[in-house]
Amino acid sequence: MRRIERDRNVGYRLRLPPEERELLRSLPGQLRQVMETDDPSLRRLFPPAYPEDDKADDEFRRLMREELLEGKLAALRVVEETADADHLTAEQLEGWLGALESLRLYLGTQLDITETTYEEELDPDDPNAPALALYGYLSWLQEEAVAALSASL
Amino acid sequence: MSQTIEAPIEVGLPDAGEEFDHDRPWVVLVWNDPINLMSYVTLILRKLFGYSEAEATRMMLQVHNDGKAVVSSGEKEKAEFDVARLHAHGLWATLRQD
Repeated sequence: MRRIERDRNVGYRLRLPPEERELLRSLPGQLRQVMETDDPSLRRLFPPAYPEDDKADDEFRRLMREELLEGKLAALRVVEETADADHLTAEQLEGWLGALESLRLYLGTQLDITETTYEEELDPDDPNAPALALYGYLSWLQEEAVAALSASL
Repeated sequence: MSQTIEAPIEVGLPDAGEEFDHDRPWVVLVWNDPINLMSYVTLILRKLFGYSEAEATRMMLQVHNDGKAVVSSGEKEKAEFDVARLHAHGLWATLRQD
């Protein structure tokens, strides 16, 4: 069954089991706490614009960082506020898409994900197995959000 | 190849001291990364730049296969604006003067 689906009458329909809603309600707060630190796994959320020019890059960050951070925090709030919803507007689903993106960028960097990570079966004895399973779930859900939004472009 | 000029013509020579650098466009690059979904990158390129699905898919595949692709170009301010929008959507974007 699709978790996220376009519905002409109500925007987007959200069909998630209670345990997934619970998880999705708690993840934004966890990432928000991490974002108050200088955790190096946040680097993909705030990439350099000028990788070969530190001075220009510092200036770009000085001008853009706050707005970039605000946008990511706003997306996390949307998921927290609508984790129990049955329907989402397009704007709310864009928030979900952005929050899933931030969660995956952080978790994927932390896990050092490569393009071949999921070509092998998950090893249940791997200490990272729960985090890898979470990353896989978030990827799958983001794919659903992308499909639903692409259908209405 | 060469061309014979039969009569004096006016040619538009640049004024001395003109800074050619201003005319060199800035390009916005998106880099490959193992986290972003291919479908997501395509969606964002369509949404931000209005590319057709075919064009956005072509660029996404270029990122995926070649490691990077130019997704927009123009004046510095526009390129910086585009990079900021791409960063807001989690894409690994940089800019440089071509």
